[in-house]
Amino acid sequence: MTDAPPTPRRTALDARHRALGATMTDFAGWDMPLRYGSERDEHTAVRTRAGLFDLSHMGEISLIGSQAGQALDHALVGRLSALAVGRARYTMICDDEGGILDDLIVYRLGDEEFLVVANASNAQVVLDALTERAAGFEATVRDDRDAYALIAVQGPESPGILGSLTDADLEGLKYYAGLPGTVAGVPAMIARTGYTGEDGFELFLAPADAERVWDALTEAGAPVGLVPCGLSCRDTLRLEAGMPLYGNELTTDTTPFDAGLGRVVKFDKPGDFVGRQALEAASREADTVSPRTLVGLVAEGRRVPRAGYAVVAADGSRIGQVTSGAPSPTLGKPIAMAYVDPEYAKPGTEGVSVDIRGTREPYEVVALPFYRRER
Amino acid sequence: MSNPQQLRYSKEHEWLSAADEDGVSTIGITEFAANALGDVVYVQLPDVGSTVTAGETCGELESTKSVSDLYSPVSGEVTETNEDVVNDPALVNSAPFEGGWLFKVRVTGEPEELLSADAYTAFAEN
Repeated sequence: MTDAPPTPRRTALDARHRALGATMTDFAGWDMPLRYGSERDEHTAVRTRAGLFDLSHMGEISLIGSQAGQALDHALVGRLSALAVGRARYTMICDDEGGILDDLIVYRLGDEEFLVVANASNAQVVLDALTERAAGFEATVRDDRDAYALIAVQGPESPGILGSLTDADLEGLKYYAGLPGTVAGVPAMIARTGYTGEDGFELFLAPADAERVWDALTEAGAPVGLVPCGLSCRDTLRLEAGMPLYGNELTTDTTPFDAGLGRVVKFDKPGDFVGRQALEAASREADTVSPRTLVGLVAEGRRVPRAGYAVVAADGSRIGQVTSGAPSPTLGKPIAMAYVDPEYAKPGTEGVSVDIRGTREPYEVVALPFYRRER
Repeated sequence: MSNPQQLRYSKEHEWLSAADEDGVSTIGITEFAANALGDVVYVQLPDVGSTVTAGETCGELESTKSVSDLYSPVSGEVTETNEDVVNDPALVNSAPFEGGWLFKVRVTGEPEELLSADAYTAFAEN
């Protein structure tokens, strides 16, 4: 990126991270906490108790107007005009060739108001594309990247922790839904979403209120073992939950069908949408020729596969590529997501290994996700 | 963090103990290096009986997010490796100067640029 600012941006919670002794890292131009202590302990806290995340680097974009839903139907692959007020949807924005520009969560805040949340690394691309694609609709695209801090509380204890600080009806709040309320006395949009595979909430609030809410959650969560969590454990949590990451599993060279996420493309919606023609072709192709398939791999040994490493068959031929890999704290073994040729995608396929810097390490092919919480 | 005074240090962030009566030194990585790596999940150590060369790769340290080469700060023959750390790599993080030691070498040669604790502390904090 040539237009990135020379110094990384800092979130409204930067002083808190430094006071906690966080190891900071540059992420998409932001100075973000990577971990506060042990990333494994943070991961386990989210799986068994609760974790607190600063996600203020995510890119918020609002669409407002009588045709905001139609504008999103045209700009994205999903049918957002059909989304009920208060609900959220996972969707994607594609280019004319069907390549994925970003994966998004869209919240419908009102009849004429939507909030689009883009990945930090793609926020500008998404903002530019939405601005261009909404032209001609009764809809205003507003850059709200600086209007929101985003705090997530994730894990089985999160309903109790947040419930003690809010007037909102959390019991009535479904997964993938959001509603306005107050948290620790300040206004927030409270959403039951996340990227960890656990129950949890994401709180969109004014940056000026972020420290107050962070501190209140820290205090309310202390008795049940809530800890601050960095981006490192967020990545192992989402990997165990089989959730794709933009830049790894999803790229502009990948269509939603390649990624096994063709269900997010809604061809039956009214009107045309960007990428329709290419995506219809990709859909037809996926019906006849199976594309490379995204699978899970679990190590038999202890060496960790990394993005870009080759997946090889028993005869040594290359049959795919790792897109994400990490030691799984929950499974106690290294795991990976990889695109492989379809004949090797069946769980239990024999003889699959990963070339780890010149050594072939045996891996078991499994269905995704690696981890699913009990409900 | 404090770096023990009785050890010497390389700029690749290994530590080296004074040789015992058999001329054998113990080698590990510093707390600074362990912190920078994050949680260590896998260590590959040189084979006992093999020869290592000062400044050259002799193994691998893998953490959640990255993999790093392990260098030997001295030349010599490997006399022992720490099987505890192979079985529980987290020892590198929890006790880098003690239970998390990596391997022992009968030293035949060492470079001139090994640092004192104070000089290493200044180097690492820079």
